[in-house]
Amino acid sequence: MQRREFLRLLALAAAAGASLRAGQSAAQAADELYAAPRFGNVSLLHYTDCHAQLLPTYFREPNVNIGVAAAAGKPPHLVGEALLRNFGVAAGSRGAYAFTHLDFEHAALRYGRVGGFAHLATLVKRLRAERPRALLLDGGDTWQGSAVSLWTKGADMIGAQKLLGVDLMTAHWEFTYGAERVKRAVEEELGSIEFLAQNVKTADFEDPVFKPYSLRTINGVPLAIVGQAFPYTPIANPRHMVPDWTFGIQEVQLQKLLDEVRATGAQLVVLLSHNGMDVDLKLAGRVRGIDLILGGHTHDGIPAPVIVRNAGGTTLVTNSGSNGKFLALVDLDVRGGKLSDFRYRLMPVFSELLPADATMSAYIEASRAPHAARLGEKLALTEGLLFRRGNFNGSFDQMILDALIEAKGAQIAFSPGFRWGTSILPGQAITLENVMDQTAITYPWSTLTEMRGEQIKAILEDVCDNLFNPDPYLQQGGDMVRVGGMSYTCDPNAKIGARISEMRFEGKPIEAHKTYKVAGWAPVAEGASGEPIWDVVVRYLRERKTVPQKKLNLPRLIGVDANPGVA
Amino acid sequence: MDALRRTVLRGAGASGALAVALAAGLLKPQQARAAGWNKDAFGAKTPADALKGIGAANTSESKDILIDAPQIAENGGVVPIEITSTVPGTRSIAVLIEKNPFPLAGKFDFKEGAVPFVKLNVKIGESSNVRVVAEAGGKFYVAVKEVKVTIGGCGG
Repeated sequence: MQRREFLRLLALAAAAGASLRAGQSAAQAADELYAAPRFGNVSLLHYTDCHAQLLPTYFREPNVNIGVAAAAGKPPHLVGEALLRNFGVAAGSRGAYAFTHLDFEHAALRYGRVGGFAHLATLVKRLRAERPRALLLDGGDTWQGSAVSLWTKGADMIGAQKLLGVDLMTAHWEFTYGAERVKRAVEEELGSIEFLAQNVKTADFEDPVFKPYSLRTINGVPLAIVGQAFPYTPIANPRHMVPDWTFGIQEVQLQKLLDEVRATGAQLVVLLSHNGMDVDLKLAGRVRGIDLILGGHTHDGIPAPVIVRNAGGTTLVTNSGSNGKFLALVDLDVRGGKLSDFRYRLMPVFSELLPADATMSAYIEASRAPHAARLGEKLALTEGLLFRRGNFNGSFDQMILDALIEAKGAQIAFSPGFRWGTSILPGQAITLENVMDQTAITYPWSTLTEMRGEQIKAILEDVCDNLFNPDPYLQQGGDMVRVGGMSYTCDPNAKIGARISEMRFEGKPIEAHKTYKVAGWAPVAEGASGEPIWDVVVRYLRERKTVPQKKLNLPRLIGVDANPGVA
Repeated sequence: MDALRRTVLRGAGASGALAVALAAGLLKPQQARAAGWNKDAFGAKTPADALKGIGAANTSESKDILIDAPQIAENGGVVPIEITSTVPGTRSIAVLIEKNPFPLAGKFDFKEGAVPFVKLNVKIGESSNVRVVAEAGGKFYVAVKEVKVTIGGCGG
């Protein structure tokens, strides 16, 4: 990719952003957003990390997403106005609402809910009408994140994927239903959807567990799509759920495989990745032979691809956001045996601009029907905005922490730094479904543990290093563990062991050898038990008619004042 | 893909080298030790002493030693490490886990014509550099890769 091309790309992104201006009619807005004349000879559609959100939702993007070392100040580590400036998106526009946290409460009321499979289906059909051979790729984290997906072990989502016309997928949270469940889905339920993962092998003989890649011919162009599951599944999630499988980035094996698919004549090679964007950017600089990485996991809605140079040429790296908010459209022109040009758009799925697809609507309604009454129970009203996403804390997590401390009689509480979980606007009712949208996992147990101060410090340092290690290959793609009951200071640019300081409980320094009562949930150890976290939160809400605006317990940050990943 | 088969096949070409026997599970570690247990090296508590123990006082970095190990261990108790040396005339490969109480995890000697390839499982107690030292022509070449051991549980 030459410099001129890069500039053209930025101009494209700018045009898309600028056209998302205020004051248009809905029809005008829909046409500007979704009318996409066909280009090139291969088209791909990509969504990722929908976290089982079949209905339209609100989803607030983070105001803290800090990049360290070489990643500082570069996509995806731009938030708020820095992101708007970088991609030329107009402030106050629909684009600004989709891509940033700015003025979220007002923008949400003005522009409405995002995502929803019935609306996504309409958009897919619209784009496919002009590109009948377009492939639809699902980046994973599809079967987890809602009550119904948990209760049906992903079956509701598999049905929706098939109806949507997904061609290929890879995975992460899918594995938390256990190896047997995933195998059964792949062998018996997915139909024509190919489940790809080059980096999952048996732990004993290192045999591949899934098909590593798929070879297709589209409009005469032979191409390969390689699957990359989340490399750290057995570390970030319970290993006992996939005890016989080993994961990892598997860069050496990937290079061999890329050479192999190129040798078979593939003129276009795409990695359908659940690495996370920082890992993908590093990988793109180190392996040869990938034209395009369609990325997920880190939930970064990035308006334009990042172009990475490597020994074999260049690789485009994208990330398509989360929770059904976005659909990426990639039109590629393959000439003379190689990629010569492309067009990329990350389209926000505005439910009010895209009529619901009737077939998908009926399917969703039917899949929810047995659970509808239970899901709709109004537990309390929220006075403030409830959200999760952000490096250090979110208001819904703060509520979980408060509920844990109350229920367990704890002094301190930890809540995992998951990046899924939808937002609830001020004045809305919090339903059971909303609670499940933040907690629906297969290891929901809440716990109370006695921990010494030094153990608390070690945990905070360990998790913080998974987020801020300067080497992207050592980042697991989650956010910092949310902390209630104690205060601390964090220096993201420091090394492990030196990032966390000033730990205090009730104003007094936390002592290394003193014991504290710490509540938490989502233990990864085998045999863990406890009351499911949703029961803890539901009880907390039922005991209150309204939940006042939550004050976030946030660490004091050092050394990131000028970082455009903080707003 | 089938690493064991590959190991055994390569082993067949290595005409009975110790590494092969170990990799193929033909020798127990105790038997291997009996073949010439280097107490100074394996009993050393620092990487520097272990290197001294195998006679590798001066080492130079080499890009011809490929270490394939996980960036983050899925299970610190069993970390698979695969090493290939393309340094011409490689006669031995030593593996050190720098932060382990006894850093030297293994040393593999290759007879003439053996392919300098070894795959082993090691225990890694805490995040550590894995230091691989290859001996060729009386010189020692080194490559390093970090393996992180984490409590995990907080991924996206």
